[in-house]
Amino acid sequence: MAAETKYNLRELLACNGAKVLEDKRSVFVGTGLPMIASMLAQKTHAPNLLIVFEAGSLGPLMCELPISVADSRTFYKAIAASSMHDVMSLSQAGYVDYGFLGAAQMDMYGNINTTVIGDHDRPKVRLPGSGGANDVGSFSQRLIIIIANQSQRTFVNKVDFLTTPGYLDGPGAREKAGLAKGSGPYRVITRLGVYGFDEGTKGLKLISLHPGVSLEEVKENSSFEIIIPGKIGTSYVPTEEDLRILRQEIDPVGIVLGK
Amino acid sequence: MEVLQEGKGELVGWHAPDEAREWVLKNKSRELKDKTMSAKEAVSKFVHDGDFIASGGFGHIRVSMAIIYEMIRQKKRNLIMAGKTAVHDIDLLVASGCVNKVEVAYCFGHELRGLSPVSRRMVEGGQCKVIAETSNAAYQWRWLAAMMGLPFIPSRNLLGSDTGGYSSCKVVKDPFSGKPINLIPAGYPDVAFIHVHRSDIYGNAQIDGIIVEDFELSRCARRLIITTEEIVDSEVIRREPWRTNIPFFVVDAVVEVPYGSHPCEMPGLYWFDEVNIAEWLRISRTPEGADEYLQKYVFGVDNFEDYLEVCGGVKRLSYLKRREFYQEPVKAVSYK
Repeated sequence: MAAETKYNLRELLACNGAKVLEDKRSVFVGTGLPMIASMLAQKTHAPNLLIVFEAGSLGPLMCELPISVADSRTFYKAIAASSMHDVMSLSQAGYVDYGFLGAAQMDMYGNINTTVIGDHDRPKVRLPGSGGANDVGSFSQRLIIIIANQSQRTFVNKVDFLTTPGYLDGPGAREKAGLAKGSGPYRVITRLGVYGFDEGTKGLKLISLHPGVSLEEVKENSSFEIIIPGKIGTSYVPTEEDLRILRQEIDPVGIVLGK
Repeated sequence: MEVLQEGKGELVGWHAPDEAREWVLKNKSRELKDKTMSAKEAVSKFVHDGDFIASGGFGHIRVSMAIIYEMIRQKKRNLIMAGKTAVHDIDLLVASGCVNKVEVAYCFGHELRGLSPVSRRMVEGGQCKVIAETSNAAYQWRWLAAMMGLPFIPSRNLLGSDTGGYSSCKVVKDPFSGKPINLIPAGYPDVAFIHVHRSDIYGNAQIDGIIVEDFELSRCARRLIITTEEIVDSEVIRREPWRTNIPFFVVDAVVEVPYGSHPCEMPGLYWFDEVNIAEWLRISRTPEGADEYLQKYVFGVDNFEDYLEVCGGVKRLSYLKRREFYQEPVKAVSYK
């Protein structure tokens, strides 16, 4: 039954992102796939998921995919239309369980780059910068990162620019830098699998492979060594109902899922 | 306090608290007076070459486009812009040569719509300089420190990152907890422009929906230009004073501009004009294309009313209104 279900990569990423989110928890959401995953979670297993957006929306029940984290779709049926100061302060104070971001480049400790490729002052490619990413990565207790295109160029030994802190250079480094105790990256979702972080070393660790993906592919598509545990699971496979919600309710014209 | 680390970003728009207070005492009137004027007059009076400027709203939402176009028309130069998730506004200002320095939280992209061809070209080519990196919360708290009349505000972001290393912040040892804490310097824009839903002639203004950073930004900017969808009687403000987001005494100019955020969204009134935004993203792939767009929509028209006609007039605006209220279906748009 599930084996016959046809889905694209973005739908697979959205469904696996949604699965990480728990009901009755809060999530600080970035643009694109994180929005879709959070909406899907709210429409399936987590109806009481408290979604917050950096520009000021608290607890919306969105009926249409926002284009930006500040447009009017973000505060549809919200409990409050507030301010950035409010959302960022609440996050810093500990009211945000999950942060959810997309990224261009990451290292083994979950440090991410969305600022420049190449040298900062003479960039090869100028990317938009932190936006709220550094704040989400600093303030949320558990950070979820989607990097769709896992390759040796995106899973790097050292990020060109450390825009948003992961575990920095290993165990204890976040706390030493002054970041919130116990906070940090929690899950990474790519085109090949779902990852977590090793308790001891804080290095990236494989949790599950997507259907049809081999362990070799995971290793080949990373510049750093990924920790491979003895037991590896299979990632969540989108159901017909997930796909119906994604295609008919959340993104009917494929603004994000069709890319 | 022991300084543990200093960001190497250039510090712009900072003033010592006493200097900032003196400026306010000397320059900001408490008199309830009519501040209505045209966009042309407001820009020529309050925006000067070399100013540190900031735009209200967020990204493509609730942007004072009438003022952006007018600065381009008046050929303002060497402006330093607060890149506090500045998207369409900064893109046009960089393309037209008005802005050549930016402190960046988020710039040079159009969120889901893709990266900006023109700003990227200018930054990668060195014509536009990134003078500091920061984050959205840190920018927002630059305004907070300034509106409170303080030299800085402590925070727990930017720590351990290159974003912090390239910012104008300093990390110190917190004298209470003994742990490292980031200090964000106050930021006073020389001039800010904020688009609102309604204001009286004095500048008492209401914003519907999320207010983003505009509570703090309106109160810290040295000069503040308000553009408003409509001017209302002061009685409307005084009937529901809890709805006032911006009080008159921080406002220097009030400009009435219906649809003044176009092609950006005005929550509760009209949706993004994706046709116009897509046209810009496609055409600005070449410098000639960017010039062509500016000629058509900015230099080729005298005012915002004429501009709206070029954009499709009443028919287009009615569609954007219906779209805002979910009365038109979502359409796929190609930005390529």
